[in-house]
Amino acid sequence: MYLGKVIGCVVSSVKNEVLEGKKLLLVRRLPNGPVVVAIDAVGAGAGETVYVCRGREASFAFKPEEVPTEATVVAIVDAIERQ
Amino acid sequence: MIIARVIGNVVATQKQESHEGKKILLLQPIDLDDQPMGDVVVALDAADAGVGDRVLAVQEGFSAMTSVGHTESPIDAAVIGVIDAVTLTEELP
Repeated sequence: MYLGKVIGCVVSSVKNEVLEGKKLLLVRRLPNGPVVVAIDAVGAGAGETVYVCRGREASFAFKPEEVPTEATVVAIVDAIERQ
Repeated sequence: MIIARVIGNVVATQKQESHEGKKILLLQPIDLDDQPMGDVVVALDAADAGVGDRVLAVQEGFSAMTSVGHTESPIDAAVIGVIDAVTLTEELP
């Protein structure tokens, strides 16, 4: 998993039917990583710091639905306590 | 598996239910000379690790999920051990 910032969202009208009603977020990996599209599982919005689960495990956030995703926003970060 | 240094804690109230009750750690992967190597990752704690510890972490779904006791949940990284020592029998190139 990795930290990211939600920098926008993606709108898609014609999509796989299990993606209906799912929010597609644009997430930049922090601090200066690439931008990916991730499906939202926690109600995250623009500007929020989140962390993203990737790979096959990403779809388990929507269990028992089988959602075709390889990146899912699984938490909204309130604070980071660093050394 | 990778060797990493725990550099922080992540606090998240709104999160996927399988992550509840688990410590969320910020890891900096390191090489054998303790130098940072690659990007910071977020991992769930399955070994009671804390900030400053050198740890062993997995970055693959099945091992991460089973280590925290939640199979079929969105977890792709976990800390599975705190490293006491690493012994090399050969010089690194």
